[in-house]
Amino acid sequence: MDVFDIYDKMERNNILLSFKGEITSDLLTSILQIMENKMDNMQEEPKMKKKVYNVLVECLQNLYHHLDEITEVDSEKIRSAIFTIGKMDNKYSIITGNYILNENINGLRNRLDEVNSLSKEELKEYYKKVLNNGEMSLKGGGGLGMIDIARKTGEKLEYNFLEIDNKVSFFTLNIKVSNQQN
Amino acid sequence: MEKYSIEGTPKTPSINFDLNGGILEVKGRSIPENSIEFYKPLVDALDKYASAAKPATTVNVQLEYFNTSSSKCILDVFKKLEGINKGGSAVTINWHYEEDDEDMLEAGEDYQAIINVPFKMIMVNE
Repeated sequence: MDVFDIYDKMERNNILLSFKGEITSDLLTSILQIMENKMDNMQEEPKMKKKVYNVLVECLQNLYHHLDEITEVDSEKIRSAIFTIGKMDNKYSIITGNYILNENINGLRNRLDEVNSLSKEELKEYYKKVLNNGEMSLKGGGGLGMIDIARKTGEKLEYNFLEIDNKVSFFTLNIKVSNQQN
Repeated sequence: MEKYSIEGTPKTPSINFDLNGGILEVKGRSIPENSIEFYKPLVDALDKYASAAKPATTVNVQLEYFNTSSSKCILDVFKKLEGINKGGSAVTINWHYEEDDEDMLEAGEDYQAIINVPFKMIMVNE
């Protein structure tokens, strides 16, 4: 493994923090604390700091909840996920990657496409509708996460599915947080 | 009746519910992975309070962050309060937000649009 290559890529992409492995509740607590400290040290403006923190919580908890689903089906290697947090030109990027069962791709893709098709006002209405009528899953907010991310960032959700084999694919989500919104 | 209080943690808010005084206060961060588990005791305490509610009930919500998992549970809490308001106790929900936090103000307005209880949006300086 070429460590310098990894270092160089991270350096060039201004990665603030990166992790690959199993996503646990304690890990998320630590990561959020680290990012909060980093943003304080960088003297990030409070508004941006709050937005990044909020979006990060949703992105990371998505990973946390979805890892459970896949473990029932497959081996340990699949329990792990990756995320990186970077900042370039006053814009943060939060990228997550995790395995997903192929059978779940269409459902997720449709949800993401629906969120991406909505305007700011429509997202607000959709959020309220799902909040009030949507099924609460035992774990998460029952589909509110992606709507919330789109609302808070004002950006489209960039995503990709990379097929690994006939059972699983690797899902990546690329979220940008900038200050131009609102 | 008594009090229901819990201390805040980095992922969960402090809750102070004075059932005798009719004052409920939720303050801090609400970003637990499992929100249902966290909010269940509060929902139960509200059920208990509903049967002997004071003439007025004041609710102070001052959250710095909350995740979407909590947002459903907070709605459940507000729905209980809606019932208590209907049952004859005049409920007021004071929704606090920091000056620069438009997202938190909007979140309060979302609840205000759904829940039939008087809301007051209160701006706080950091």
